Parts: sequence; C-alpha cells; structure tokens
Amino acid sequence: MSIHKPHELHNRRSGRNIGLGLVLIAFVAIVFGLTVVKVTGGNVSAAITGTTGQ
Amino acid sequence: MIGDVSKPWVTRMSDTSYQNIPTTSDAEFGDYFALLKPRVMTLVVFTAWVGLLAAPVAVHPFVGFVSILFIALGGGASGALNMWYDADIDRVMRRTQKRPIPAGKVTEDEAKALGFALSGISVLMLGLASNWFAAAFLAFTIFFYVVIYTMWLKRWTPQNIVIGGAAGAFPPMIGWAVATGGVSIESVLMFALIFMWTPPHFWALALFMRNDYDNAKVPMLTVTHGRRVTRNHILGYTVVLAVLAIAAGFTSIGGYVYLGVAIVLNAMFLWGAVKIWRRDEEVSETDNFLAERKFFKLSLAYLFLHFGAILAEAFIDRYFGVLA
Repeated sequence: MSIHKPHELHNRRSGRNIGLGLVLIAFVAIVFGLTVVKVTGGNVSAAITGTTGQ
Repeated sequence: MIGDVSKPWVTRMSDTSYQNIPTTSDAEFGDYFALLKPRVMTLVVFTAWVGLLAAPVAVHPFVGFVSILFIALGGGASGALNMWYDADIDRVMRRTQKRPIPAGKVTEDEAKALGFALSGISVLMLGLASNWFAAAFLAFTIFFYVVIYTMWLKRWTPQNIVIGGAAGAFPPMIGWAVATGGVSIESVLMFALIFMWTPPHFWALALFMRNDYDNAKVPMLTVTHGRRVTRNHILGYTVVLAVLAIAAGFTSIGGYVYLGVAIVLNAMFLWGAVKIWRRDEEVSETDNFLAERKFFKLSLAYLFLHFGAILAEAFIDRYFGVLA
C-alpha cells in the first residue's frame, strides 16, 4: 500500500530541508554578489550603465 | 537512509513498525544552528564589524558584509568542534546539558563533520572575499580555539580561561585585517581589550556558579587555587584591563567619546573588582553573591559599550572628520 499523505517523519524533516535549501540559496546569492562586486571593481552601477565612473 | 541496517532506529516505510520511529533523535535545523553557539557568534559579529569599520581603509559594503558573515561562520564552526570534543563535559555541567549533543538531538560525529566543513568553507570564502592574510588569521583562530584551548589547555591548566579568551579576542583583529591586510597597534589593543576582559568575566561567573566546573572536573581557578586566589586574580586582571582600555583611547580608534566611556566604565569595573576582592565567602554567601553577580552583569555591558564607543568614533571620523 502506498503512502498518500506525508508521514510524520517527513513533516519533522521538512523544517531541516527548508532550512538547508535557504542556506544553499543564500550561499549562491552571496557568491554571485561577490563575483559582481569583484568583477566591477566595486562600482556596480557604473558597470551596469556602461560608464567608467571616472 | 530508509531501511539502513546500520541505523536500527530508521525502519522501512512499508514496515508496519515505522510508527515506532523515535521522535527525539531527529535533529531539526535549529539544533544544527545551536551547534554554532549563536550567542558567541553575535559577539564575534559585533567585534569583527567594529574592527572592520574602525580600520583606516574603506571596504565595499558587500565585501564587508560577506567577510563578517564568514568570520562569524568560522567562529560557529569552532563552536561546533568544541561541542564535539567537549560532549563529555557538556553532559555533566548543568549550564550545557541542553546543548544538542548532550540532549541527544545531534550525534558527536555530525557535529565534528559540520565543524570541519564549515571551517573549510569559512576560511576559503573569507580569502576569496577579502584577502588571504585575514583568511589565514581566521584559520589560526579556529585552530587556536579547537586544538590549543579545547583539546589541550582547557582540561590541563587553571589558566584555561586566559588562553581561551585569546580565541574570542581575535575577531576584531580579523575584521581589521579584512580592511588593511595586516596588523597594527590599534587592532592589538582591541584584541587586548577582550583578552584581558575574559578572565574576570568568567571567574566572576565561576564564583557564583559554584559546583558546575567542579563536577565536570574542569580545572577552573576556583577549584585548583581556591576562591581567595580567584578574587585576587579578578582584581589584578581588571587593573591591567583598565590601563589597556584607556590606552586605546589615545590611538586612532579612540577619541573624546571613547575616552569618556572608557574612564567611566573602567572606574565602575575597578570598583566592582575591589568589592569582590574585599569580600570573603562568608560575606558573599549572606547576599547570594550579589557583588559577583553585579560585576558579571557589568562585564557584559563593559565590552559592548567599549566596542560601541570605538564604533561611534569610527562614524565621527568618517562623517565629521573633514569638519574637525
């Protein structure tokens, strides 16, 4: 017989899984943001508008 | 995981016995987070942030944010490794019995794995975000706290609190190193402030949390040398702390605001230490260690307000420095 509703075990672990998911998303966002800042030399708005900022 | 024979508490979902899965052995996200000692992390974040902002070199806000985040994560990683190694002590001490390992929510191996993984990630990411000197400093801090303090000196010498305090004192130096890539007299004085503050703070706690350390057989000064010697030590360290705290006011991180705060706080702290020194056990017992408890409470405000004053000076310099 298949299980149709989540077992209590799944409910208990869902908090852990959601937490880990959020941590991983935050990590990706941090690496992305850091890359943008490093590549643009810290002048993100100038890089977007195409000006050198000088 | 399901049906893993090496884990008898996990059974197959199709098995009718699955309802017997214990509910307490499954750690929640918060239990893993608790391994990182969040309260210690807040101190790490605050002092590292002050170190970063007090430095004479400006850092991009996002780089600064990421650097502080990974310094905090490195601190958390060392906390997890500390809980792994000290699980036997934590099971005995009342103050630590609710931690995830003694509470049976996280295994020692899980704490060890989390600690090692986060140590590597935090050092690597700090190096990529800021500079490798700061990253190496963070790696040294983790090594110092876990190996030198937790594994070696904590169970061996009554000076454990003094040595352990050094690990907690490094974050402002790391924050400073993120901005400047090096060390200077200002960052050393910020280190000295926390380093000299830690022993009186913890020894005051040990005076009124009487039996905890005795039961765990941790050689606290109160146990090995007696409570009279501990009172003498509190006064001695507080005198040296006051000199260093006021000396910091005459460097580039100081100023009138810092000096004002430092003079008032150190006068109060010294007076508290003198009161503890003049008391004996009999007097302390009559008022349930009131002076010791007050001194401990003041010590929390002491550190926060000193670093708050350094932060205020950094803002004054940054926004009003041109006008001065």
